[in-house]
Amino acid sequence: MLVLPAVAGLVFLVLPLAGLLIRAPWPTLLERLAEPQVLEALRLSLVCASVATAVCLLLGVPLAWLLARVDFPGRRLVRALVTVPLVLPPVVGGVALLLVLGRRGLVGQWLEATFGITLPFTTAGVIIAEAFVAMPFLVISVEGALRGADQRFEEAAATLGASRWTVFRRVTLPMIMPGVVAGAVLCWARALGEFGATITFAGNFPGTTRTMPLAVYLALETEPEAAIVLSLVLLAVSVIILASLRDRWVSSP
Amino acid sequence: MTLHARLVVTRPAFTLDIDLRVEPGEVVALLGPNGAGKTTALRALAGLTRMSGGQIGLRGRPLHTLPAESRPIGMVFQDYLLFPHLSALDNVAFGPRCQGVPKTEARRAAAALLERVGLAGRAAAKPRQLSGGQAQRVALARALAVRPELLLLDEPLAALDAHTRLEVRSQLRRHLNDFDGVTVLVTHDPLDAMVLADRLIVIENGAIVQQGTPGEVARRPRTDYVARLVGLNLYRGLADGTQVKVDELLFSTADSLDGPAFVAFAPAAVALYRSRPDGSPRNLWQATIDGIERHGDNVRVHLDGPIAAFADITPAAVADLDLTPGQRIWASVKATETHAYPA
Repeated sequence: MLVLPAVAGLVFLVLPLAGLLIRAPWPTLLERLAEPQVLEALRLSLVCASVATAVCLLLGVPLAWLLARVDFPGRRLVRALVTVPLVLPPVVGGVALLLVLGRRGLVGQWLEATFGITLPFTTAGVIIAEAFVAMPFLVISVEGALRGADQRFEEAAATLGASRWTVFRRVTLPMIMPGVVAGAVLCWARALGEFGATITFAGNFPGTTRTMPLAVYLALETEPEAAIVLSLVLLAVSVIILASLRDRWVSSP
Repeated sequence: MTLHARLVVTRPAFTLDIDLRVEPGEVVALLGPNGAGKTTALRALAGLTRMSGGQIGLRGRPLHTLPAESRPIGMVFQDYLLFPHLSALDNVAFGPRCQGVPKTEARRAAAALLERVGLAGRAAAKPRQLSGGQAQRVALARALAVRPELLLLDEPLAALDAHTRLEVRSQLRRHLNDFDGVTVLVTHDPLDAMVLADRLIVIENGAIVQQGTPGEVARRPRTDYVARLVGLNLYRGLADGTQVKVDELLFSTADSLDGPAFVAFAPAAVALYRSRPDGSPRNLWQATIDGIERHGDNVRVHLDGPIAAFADITPAAVADLDLTPGQRIWASVKATETHAYPA
């Protein structure tokens, strides 16, 4: 009774990927990959996803530490808020970012007036949109690692004269590194595939904000084979990430 | 460098309240059953557990107002808590580095300490590659590396197997002798306490019930817990000269005193008879055998009756007497082997 729907589910999940492989224009693959627009989108995607991941690490790791180690009123609420971008439709995230950081947004207005900085429809905007959507993956992963880490090592470090910052840098961080790396990889993958928030907040300008997913969507109308090639690249990246995560950090019994 | 402390930690259904005074160079062992509060006391000294009251003074300076990282302490944890990602050398160098010692100098000092504990060859090893005894020595070196004024050891030998324990215990004793600061260690093992400490403080239910040199404590236990630890039968009674009345039994003892008193004798001093012995020796009572178990080379007989007691006899005697649980039997102990002291 259970096997049939299980097989159907598996086919449902795998068939589209198989279709992608079957319809791929293998003979002209390398040629198409070398096209300037493709390379440009790929480069932009990699740079934006990497910078967004760096931003997430810089802000998300301390946030995870705060959630896991500091007992403050409203901690549960903060944790819930952190996970909102996880369930929020990315387009809504993009709209929200526009409302706050857009030229006439709450913060955006002030940014432009004070520093002359405009974020929407720039590469920086892509990075912000990706970081907004991807950060919860990092925070959740790092917080889990922190909760799993034996806090008595931190106590031992304190008895040796280590300040809070030294304890974090020299004891806590090295011990939770697998969790941080896993979180960063998930975060990076999510940022790489970001579409909704990016197109809403940063638009779709070749060279500055047109990342791979945007290029795929655009190419589908004009040049379906290019879309397939770009999709294959994203698929390959996903598979590599999944494989690396499985081997090193998500070792299931 | 005297340590003078009153430690008060209040928890739901538990209160620790003890006074400590430890001289420089002295090793004091907090001894007590599980849950007595000895580790809590140690953590309070270290600043890892918040005190509800009291104060800690070391060399006349208050310690309780400082966070753990600012206290001049070194601590050895029960399972050592060596940082798994650092080599033995870097574990030992960790404390000096935190105190601002330059890296090369810290590592040189750490290497010297590792050599002192006999681990010069294991400097590059990660904690998971060390044996239990080696990890214990690295933990000691790490604690000593910060040049503490107060050395705290939490069950330092508990995680070791019997053979390693013997060896590490005597080494630890030597290192503690060389240490000129105040040492407080926590253990539930009487042997560790007797070998390592100059003075024992017995804690039960968050309070000090007895303290003294290992010899004093071993000879004159004051609670059932201590009596069990040192392997004596212990009773509380009322003394009148060389006689102590324990319930309905009248004990004749070697010591003479008056008023509330303890009576203690070794299980090996108890003699057992199938029928009432002739000549009616003193300190004789009729008991029921509650249980029989091996105890080292001898057999320990649990006696119930007017007083509960242990008697240690040889396996041959068990066979001769044909002892079985539930059996009625006569027990006696010589007055010369019975010690009485004020309660």
